[in-house]
Amino acid sequence: MNALSFRSARVDLGGRTVWQGVDLEIPEREFVAILGPNGSGKSTMLNAILGLVPLAAGEILVHGRRPGVSNHDIGYLPQRRSFDPAVRIRGVDIVRLGLDGDRYGIPLPNARSRRERARVEELVELVGASDYAHRPIGQCSGGEQQRLLIAQALARRPPLLLLDEPLDSLDLPNQAGVAALVSNICRAVGVTVLIVAHDVNPILTYLDRVVYLGRGGAVSGSPDTVLTTETLTDLYQAPIEVLHASDGRLVVVGQPEAASYHPDLHHAHGPHGPHGTH
Amino acid sequence: MTMAGVDLTWNIARDVNNLFAYHFMVNAFRAGTAVAVVAAVVGWFMVLREETFAGHTLSVVGFPGAAGAVWLGLSASLGFFAFCVTAALFIAALPRRTRRGFSEESAVIGTLQAFALACGLLFASLYAGFLNGVTALLFGNFLGITNGQVATLVITAAVCVVVVALVYRPLVFASVDPDVATARGIRARALSVLFLVVLGVAVAAAAQITGALLVFALLVVPAAAAQAVTARPAASLALAVGFGLAIAWIGLAIAYYSPYPVGFWISAVALAIYSAARLFARSPGRRPVPAGSRVA
Repeated sequence: MNALSFRSARVDLGGRTVWQGVDLEIPEREFVAILGPNGSGKSTMLNAILGLVPLAAGEILVHGRRPGVSNHDIGYLPQRRSFDPAVRIRGVDIVRLGLDGDRYGIPLPNARSRRERARVEELVELVGASDYAHRPIGQCSGGEQQRLLIAQALARRPPLLLLDEPLDSLDLPNQAGVAALVSNICRAVGVTVLIVAHDVNPILTYLDRVVYLGRGGAVSGSPDTVLTTETLTDLYQAPIEVLHASDGRLVVVGQPEAASYHPDLHHAHGPHGPHGTH
Repeated sequence: MTMAGVDLTWNIARDVNNLFAYHFMVNAFRAGTAVAVVAAVVGWFMVLREETFAGHTLSVVGFPGAAGAVWLGLSASLGFFAFCVTAALFIAALPRRTRRGFSEESAVIGTLQAFALACGLLFASLYAGFLNGVTALLFGNFLGITNGQVATLVITAAVCVVVVALVYRPLVFASVDPDVATARGIRARALSVLFLVVLGVAVAAAAQITGALLVFALLVVPAAAAQAVTARPAASLALAVGFGLAIAWIGLAIAYYSPYPVGFWISAVALAIYSAARLFARSPGRRPVPAGSRVA
């Protein structure tokens, strides 16, 4: 069974169709990037998988089930800036919430609690956060917070991990570090990872598949087949160019602003100025 | 001259004994204890959720409630509870554009705060000969607390603490990370409404000892001091309760032996404890957590 299947899925938000006609099959244990210009509905796609946004048409199956019914099987990291520096809760407490944060009543010092403490230690080591996990989370750097939140999302060994722009607002070395970490976890733990990215370059070498959202729906495939001038031009029905820089980085030129397209207007709009994918 | 005509001696056992010589003082300690515990527990979450502005608004709204109740011949505590809980529901119904807090509504709330205080003044002046009462409602009073009042405060405090204990982990989760909590099936919005109501009850209870304007001495200070000392949630919650009890007990004891009002002493002890906690947090030998260590 595939981790995710989309069949002619469509989402409307505030009277606007965000995306439509999306057909996808994502096998288990793949490392998948969701790409597309601003406003193309990348985060909305994660919310639809979680069942937080209703579908206007079509269907999505998460491990063969409707969205929202098995969210405990999904580790989710929403888009964020960072914790307020004033938040006086330690990193380990944040990780622990991933294990027992939805349980009612007071935690008792029993065998279960000891097991969970051991699991938290294991998670902290997995993401390499041992040095700062006992500091208040608000005083950790952006990259440190991101690692701790990834540990939290992995707490219950979910088979599916949804990460919304986890590299956003990190500096370049931290982007590379977190990208490598997520890729390692994907292989070592055997989890399907969907990562929404603004810039594909930090994760490009690790990816099994990219999903590119655009006007005509979505294209999905290996990075080599999707991130090409022909595929993206086809997706947008407008001239798009994918340039390869000498250091291996990709730049997508000419993708239209998502906000300016609308299903019934989409012939009226041509390409706008150059927009890199970063 | 002291409140009860009892002077401080150098015999501590006798001084403590004297404290409980009168029934009014026993009741003051009973009520103070209940209020200190509930205010510390609820205040701990209020500080964590960055909802001190909501707490302040609730306390200000309690004043016209209490003054109005007295004017109508009802008990002041009924007025505190009714107005604080109603105001909590009102705040809960406000649309929230920001992720948490309600900064965009601060102008509306500020306007309402001023109007609430003014209404309290109006009700007080409608009730002739109530001038002393106004001071008590605003700045606290520990004289003449009846057994019935003590029972009410103990029960409401117990209910609030039990409710908070039941939702402890989901409430912490939804407080620090509402988006992830919601994705995990926690009803963050419902918890937020529930918490505001509990906050309203706790504020109303605390206001009956500290007065509407000095509620923060028992609501914010224990939590803020405890969170400065430790970032372990269970430890800082327990420490907050300890600080709250110390503030209430020491404040009441000093007020008993001094001619000055209890509200002043409770707030003064609160300031002392908060300062001590901050100094301890910065003391050498403790792991440094300066603001500058945070990398953006």
